[in-house]
Amino acid sequence: MPTTIIAGAGHAGGQTAISLRQAGYDGRIIVCGAEPAPPYQRPPLSKKYLSGELARERVFLRPESFYSRHDVELRLGNAVRDVDPAQRTVVLDDGGSLSFTDLVIATGSRPRRLDVPGSDLGNIFYLRTLEDADAIGNALVAGRRLAVVGGGYIGLEIASTAKGLGLEVCVIEAADRILGRVTAPEMSGYYARAHRARGVHVKLSTAVAAFEGDGTVRRVDCGAETIPADVVVIGIGVVPEVRLAESAGIACDDGIVVDERCATSAAHVYAAGDCTRHPNPILGRSLRLESVHNALEQARTAAANIAGTPTRYEQAPWFWSDQFDLKLQMAGISDGYDTIVQRGSMDADDFAMFYLKDGVLIAVDAVNRPREFMACRKLVPQRPSIDPVKLADESIPMQEMA
Amino acid sequence: MPRITFIQPDGAAATVEIANGLTVMEGAIENDITGVVAQCGGSCSCSTCHCYVADDWMRALPPPEEEESGLIEFAWEPRESSRLTCQIRVTDALDGLVLHVPAEQL
Ligand SMILES: Cc1cc2nc3c(=O)[nH]c(=O)nc-3n(C[C@H](O)[C@H](O)[C@H](O)COP(=O)(O)OP(=O)(O)OC[C@H]3O[C@@H](n4cnc5c(N)ncnc54)[C@H](O)[C@@H]3O)c2cc1C
Ligand code: FES
Repeated sequence: MPTTIIAGAGHAGGQTAISLRQAGYDGRIIVCGAEPAPPYQRPPLSKKYLSGELARERVFLRPESFYSRHDVELRLGNAVRDVDPAQRTVVLDDGGSLSFTDLVIATGSRPRRLDVPGSDLGNIFYLRTLEDADAIGNALVAGRRLAVVGGGYIGLEIASTAKGLGLEVCVIEAADRILGRVTAPEMSGYYARAHRARGVHVKLSTAVAAFEGDGTVRRVDCGAETIPADVVVIGIGVVPEVRLAESAGIACDDGIVVDERCATSAAHVYAAGDCTRHPNPILGRSLRLESVHNALEQARTAAANIAGTPTRYEQAPWFWSDQFDLKLQMAGISDGYDTIVQRGSMDADDFAMFYLKDGVLIAVDAVNRPREFMACRKLVPQRPSIDPVKLADESIPMQEMA
Repeated sequence: MPRITFIQPDGAAATVEIANGLTVMEGAIENDITGVVAQCGGSCSCSTCHCYVADDWMRALPPPEEEESGLIEFAWEPRESSRLTCQIRVTDALDGLVLHVPAEQL
């Protein structure tokens, strides 16, 4: 019987198994995951799970019964230690060895570590797993002071959730603007103002030199300034988890290199999700994405190819982030834009920013603007030239932009 | 538990029980309903949990919020009866609800 082994039981790993069965694959499917939990969704970990609004049993990708019903074997708390692409075998942490017809590497990414004096003090956390979220959730007690190191989406979401739980929150960002890696200065400025207006302290151009305390953290030493803190969460980005692929001799370049079919440099080995670097024909270059949509669609693509239906992954990226009452939805990649167009009002928290390059619409950041977001998800792949004046004109509905 | 029926484009129907307090989307995923994809997991950001509400049920549901109606306008073949199932919370009042799953999501 053909056997597909999936290394990594996250969003991409879980979806690969689901999509294989949906595609009619009737071989054996074994999902090996380093974490003890069956595949779950990470977005709620900084949002409604962290705030306590969403119960634990509601974050899983599928109920556990799904896997037995569909004959998917879960080997949880049992990471893949080694891959031999030539022999088509893997070795698991528990020493067991398995043979595969096809392998999907879906090992995700891990938080980038901040290595400064005192970084091993108590109450300093990173957020990636359910376990991390539970530990942070226990520490987020009303009245405490939280320092969030890093003004990226995850850091800002944690800040917003913690503020809602009644903590005093300070976001510490080394660069001169938050969200610097992912969006335009206009959006960075807007989000800094939005957080400040909702009571979050935002410190820019402030680098952490050390953490101080007596077993648990008490202060963040930022050189010129010391910020008191009872709890610290560090969110300074992730690194793709490529160790398994690299040691197997599979090509990696800041991510496991895959083609449009999600195939790696090794025959019968695919990769999907945060761990990959993949070509995007709409953007005309390769990139690494950290998003649910990318994980799900790459998983679906790998599964279709394994199940015998040649399929390519060529979609416009999209992403969302919920902070306070602000629903941010993004489509496309704004990198390299030469023109930025605003539609709506920042003061009213109701606007979209369109990004154009050589007259072509390449991306949107929409705040509480689902129509602009959805329209762009459909428009961006067509690479349309749109008059900036028209984009800004609220009297023209998004349906009429193309 | 409220019983909710999903009808596929080919007419195949499945009636499932969904616990009060869950969303209709969560119930669909739990019960393996084909065609309810729910990429964003209920964050009202993807529109892939879109279904059509059977005519006689339209008025039983609280009307959609702005964030939902905006997405629906751009969902796959939206109609008057379109809803995002992740925005419908199950209560006893929805016992017997009938939904039609669209042929595609996006
Ligand atoms: C707090 C938080 C909030 C987020 N919010 C959003 C959001 O709002 N919208 C959005 O689109 N995205 C969001 N993301 C990003 C999104 O969750 C990820 O892009 C997505 O989970 C990637 O899925 P994946 O399967 O590639 O990786 P993961 O979900 O990380 O899964 C990889 C799994 O593989 C396991 N693993 C690693 N090595 C091995 C091995 N050798 N053997 C076996 N198992 C292994 C890991 O332990 C992990 O469980 C968020 C992420 C976080 C952490
Ligand atoms: S699940 Fe994404 S909008 Fe409903």
